[in-house]
Amino acid sequence: MSRPAAGRVTSAKIVIAGGFGVGKTTLVGSVSEITPLTTEAIMTSAGVGVDDNRQVPGKMTTTVAMDFGRISIDRDLILYLFGTPGQTRFWFMWDELVRGAIGAVVMVDTRRLADCFAAIDFFEHRRLPYLIAINCFDGMQYHNAQDVRDALAISSDVPVVSCDARNRESTKNVLISLVEYVLTMRRSRAVAPA
Amino acid sequence: MTMPERDEPTGALVRPYAVTRGRTRPKLEIALEALVETTVRGRSGMNRGGQGGSEHQYIAAMCDGGRVQSLAEIAARMQLPLGVARVIVADMASDGLLAVYEPTSLEDETDAVGTELLERVLSGLRRL
Repeated sequence: MSRPAAGRVTSAKIVIAGGFGVGKTTLVGSVSEITPLTTEAIMTSAGVGVDDNRQVPGKMTTTVAMDFGRISIDRDLILYLFGTPGQTRFWFMWDELVRGAIGAVVMVDTRRLADCFAAIDFFEHRRLPYLIAINCFDGMQYHNAQDVRDALAISSDVPVVSCDARNRESTKNVLISLVEYVLTMRRSRAVAPA
Repeated sequence: MTMPERDEPTGALVRPYAVTRGRTRPKLEIALEALVETTVRGRSGMNRGGQGGSEHQYIAAMCDGGRVQSLAEIAARMQLPLGVARVIVADMASDGLLAVYEPTSLEDETDAVGTELLERVLSGLRRL
């Protein structure tokens, strides 16, 4: 396959995680240049044992849907935003989602904080940088950032920001905060390797 | 080109894998966000009526004329499961009909190429 050495077209992705109904697709849609699309992956019998199929007797396949959007950064760089599947038990898809990702946005509804625990555990285990975005439904923030940080027991360097997932500017700022955080960490590690 | 309204996602399982003649392993691994572009050869194959069925034609048309699409977009727009789309795109790439551009690796934190990519993403987001 011929690839020009310089200036070739390339892509990057950011993962958007969080519990069911927290606003992942809303956030993707507020900044995407396309109406969010849905791609489906099928877990066949190869996934049995990874996922728990016992609740669905005889079912050999499961379809996992992921919503995603697209932002053309410039002519030869496209950024994709991938929402994680609603059910965190579909880990086989999460592996593919985080591979090569810039980082993740973990969306939090402070009324259902526990919904994001699994995502945080997963990203920490995979050493994928993430930030916490508190989605303020109705413009209301019910808890402050420090309360959320304490409740989630996350490291002090993980950014915690508030957002309104419906608002393009707000979503943009969340993504900017994430990339800034990733760059800062990367630069500090490049200077002083562990 | 518009696609018909999507059916129940699990309903059309047999047909997609019939397209790949039952193969579930792609000839090459392609990332979800890898970009796909129709080559000159792919375009001329399309104009000649091509080989490999309507899926090949559709993908070649979709990714032609500078409109690069990710594997995920191809799968979504064709309403094919990701694994099926990956097999078809890998086949077409190995036949020289499509060029596949894998994403820039960010793994090595000392790698200037990855850092530069992040800087471009950051300034692009700020410009939005």
